[in-house]
Amino acid sequence: MATRQTRTLARTMMAPAVIVLLIWMAVPLGMTIWFSFQNYSLINPMMTGFAGWGNYEYVIGDPSFTQALLNTLLLVGGVLLITVIGGTFLALLLDQPVWGQGILRILVISPFFVMPPVAALIWKNGFMHPGYGMLGHLYEALGLEPVDWFAQYPLFSVIVIVAWQWLPFATLILLTALQSLSEEQREAAEMDGANAVNRFRYIILPHMARAITIVILIQTIFLLGIFAEIRVTTGGGPGYASTNIAFLVFRTGILSNDIGAGSAGGVVAVIIANIVAIFLMRAVGKNLDA
Amino acid sequence: MGSITLEHVNKSFGEVEIIPDISLEIKDGEFVVFVGPSGCGKSTLLRLIAGLEDTSSGHIKLDGEDVTGAPPARRGLAMVFQSYALYPHMSVRDNIAFPLKMAKTPQAIIDQKVDYAARTLNLGSYLDRRPRALSGGQRQRVAIGRAIVREPKAFLFDEPLSNLDAALRVNMRLEITELHQQLKTTMIYVTHDQVEAMTMADRIVVLNAGNVEQFGSPLELYKKPANRFVAGFIGSPKMNFVDGPEAEKHKAHAIGVRPEHFTLSTTAGAGQWAGTVNVAEQLGSDTFLHVEVEGLGLMTVRTDGDQTFSHGDKVYLTPDANRIYRFDAAGLAL
Amino acid sequence: MARNVSVQTKTGFTILAWAVALLLFSPILWTIVTAFKTEAEAIAAPPTFLPLTFTLDNFFDVQDRSDYIKHAWNSILVSVGSTLLGLVIAIPAAWSMAFAPTKRTKDILMWMLSTKMMPAVGVLIPIYLIFRDLRLLDTVHGLTIIMTLINLPIIIWMLYTYFKEIPVDILEAARMDGAELWNEIVHVLVPMAIPGIASTLLLNVILAWNEAFWTITLTSGRAGTLTAFISSFSSPQGLFLAKLSAASLLAIAPILLLGWFSQKQLVRGLTFGAVK
Repeated sequence: MATRQTRTLARTMMAPAVIVLLIWMAVPLGMTIWFSFQNYSLINPMMTGFAGWGNYEYVIGDPSFTQALLNTLLLVGGVLLITVIGGTFLALLLDQPVWGQGILRILVISPFFVMPPVAALIWKNGFMHPGYGMLGHLYEALGLEPVDWFAQYPLFSVIVIVAWQWLPFATLILLTALQSLSEEQREAAEMDGANAVNRFRYIILPHMARAITIVILIQTIFLLGIFAEIRVTTGGGPGYASTNIAFLVFRTGILSNDIGAGSAGGVVAVIIANIVAIFLMRAVGKNLDA
Repeated sequence: MGSITLEHVNKSFGEVEIIPDISLEIKDGEFVVFVGPSGCGKSTLLRLIAGLEDTSSGHIKLDGEDVTGAPPARRGLAMVFQSYALYPHMSVRDNIAFPLKMAKTPQAIIDQKVDYAARTLNLGSYLDRRPRALSGGQRQRVAIGRAIVREPKAFLFDEPLSNLDAALRVNMRLEITELHQQLKTTMIYVTHDQVEAMTMADRIVVLNAGNVEQFGSPLELYKKPANRFVAGFIGSPKMNFVDGPEAEKHKAHAIGVRPEHFTLSTTAGAGQWAGTVNVAEQLGSDTFLHVEVEGLGLMTVRTDGDQTFSHGDKVYLTPDANRIYRFDAAGLAL
Repeated sequence: MARNVSVQTKTGFTILAWAVALLLFSPILWTIVTAFKTEAEAIAAPPTFLPLTFTLDNFFDVQDRSDYIKHAWNSILVSVGSTLLGLVIAIPAAWSMAFAPTKRTKDILMWMLSTKMMPAVGVLIPIYLIFRDLRLLDTVHGLTIIMTLINLPIIIWMLYTYFKEIPVDILEAARMDGAELWNEIVHVLVPMAIPGIASTLLLNVILAWNEAFWTITLTSGRAGTLTAFISSFSSPQGLFLAKLSAASLLAIAPILLLGWFSQKQLVRGLTFGAVK
């Protein structure tokens, strides 16, 4: 509903955004794909030329890749499980009539605003350190042997930290969805004789289904790229025990200076993210006509 | 000056033709109402004149100058929107001053014109308020004020009263008519309400499915409707239509009788058509009877408010012989 | 939303909710109290809750050792700079998509969203090499450009959802009143959308402030932001727990405060308007 003139203007006004994003997306991605088929190492400049699928064979064939892929799945899956279930529970709890709701919300949301390296370092040193961490003190008080979390359970420890950061996000979104459920609908269900469990099962859960889907998809996008938490806690180790795909690419490409192999890993990461993205786009796209 | 000419204007959105082909000539100073049912293209036509939409083909001329491709800002027209479209973040004064500010008018002249508009529209004491602090009628006046300060070639009104309550609507109707008499500027007014059209217009354009059904003065439309659509649309309550053998008696495909053109009797046999009162709507001044006429169906009859009727009463109707409208098979008036 | 419940029920829920909330908040609470303890007290067993000797020394030490102020300034420059730059590019684009939509608008929006989903590691190497060759590594403006590009889709999306709520009538009224596009945007659209623009600004400052991939990989000393600053504490050096807490508190405090004000907008921004 506009004139040709307005539409022409509109195209002009949109051009800068479209152009910069197009460059941002196409140029580096194209280069990554190009590098992934080249022999290119900053340490060994003699090694040049077309590599074919060599880099992919090298990256995917390496046991570290299988481990990183498994770690990525465990990391994403574990965090999703904790945050979705915990978030649903917390959202339901915060939706109850309680004293100090405003302050409660602030307390619960706060971890999300803590930058990843800070979150990781607080947990690593203040809580999970076997000597002076709070969990160590707690174990000692209970007469148990303190656990060296990052040495014994490196991936699990990273999952705990990341889940702590993302639980507020899930809670906040699920709470928002919950509060958009009309009071009348709940009351109607109550009048119809539905008890609390049935109200949750038949009224509340279906209403939140969409929000849960969106939480899962958006978190997955971010969780696939978890980096800083690993960098400042375990450095991906011991060995490759807590290295995910993102960190593997960083280790190969930047730390080991193998541009070709790192790029091949990057392409794999892009492919994995795209699979998730397709589902997310569908979920968001449906809402776009509204 | 503000004469507006449309020449073979066509508007299509993709495959859908909203306005097939309209040519109109609106004289300077005229108050023209576009009326028609919703979806008839009246608002689109107004937006084409405003320049908010562009024509698919055809030409629009203002004072003889072709403005078909000109943006709204350059056409020198003013528009009052159904939603008032006031700028919520500006005071009433700034709202009214906005078009002058856009035209880079010196501040002294802006103040003078805003004051004049405020006085004309009784907005003096609200000038420093925000639109949200005003009632619907006051907002509408601000919208009009914003339009008049520009001294436009013509005013365009897009269903300006439909968000107001009934009593206020009657008041604003009068105010706009008075404004027209005072300013003598061309006004084009879009409405779906035929009462507004009849009471305000110098001339009415009746639109249906993007076509002009008739263009004429209110009484012309009432007395000599060009076709069955106009006959049914103009006049309240609506005209009664009869087809079949009863129409053939008048050598027509269909005949129409307005509710006010009946002679009514309760004496048995004292009328051409016999019927039974279904519902009687008693307004005090008038009574509208919905009569189930034997063999012809439901008809509306207007009578004075002195007599009372109730459901089931037998009545006898005689249409006024000089005021029977005759239509051919295509719906055109004979 | 006042549901009638008994005082017992309300008390029960209140206790439970506070217990869970405090548990979640405890790492932050620990950071706050430890920041004011002496190093000896910070590792004391059993631990103390409130500092026995209240000290501000940790904050001065952190400044001396790692130059907090320089890093904080870089964080401000990058997060605010990238958001403002993003708004300048995004406002016209969002205007186009909200008020002059075409059949392709939806596809373009979805495509912009898809750029946000590209994993950073997928383009890390080329960006690193380009930055190296253009001498943009470890520069504030290089980082600002990257941050603008990362957050641009979110900025456009948020603005788009806010602009969609503005009646197009009002913009048309401005056009009828003789306003050219520039005036329509500056005098009508932007003032009307100020709350939405402010929310967008706030959320994107937060996201840029906490971004910890590019800020760590593309900077070393000069242009390091607070994420890089804090990462330098990852290898413990003797007694450092209280200093770490002080550094952490300094890094998160500004954004924690901003975050508390913007929680509502956060939902909308991070779900691309899918949950309001």
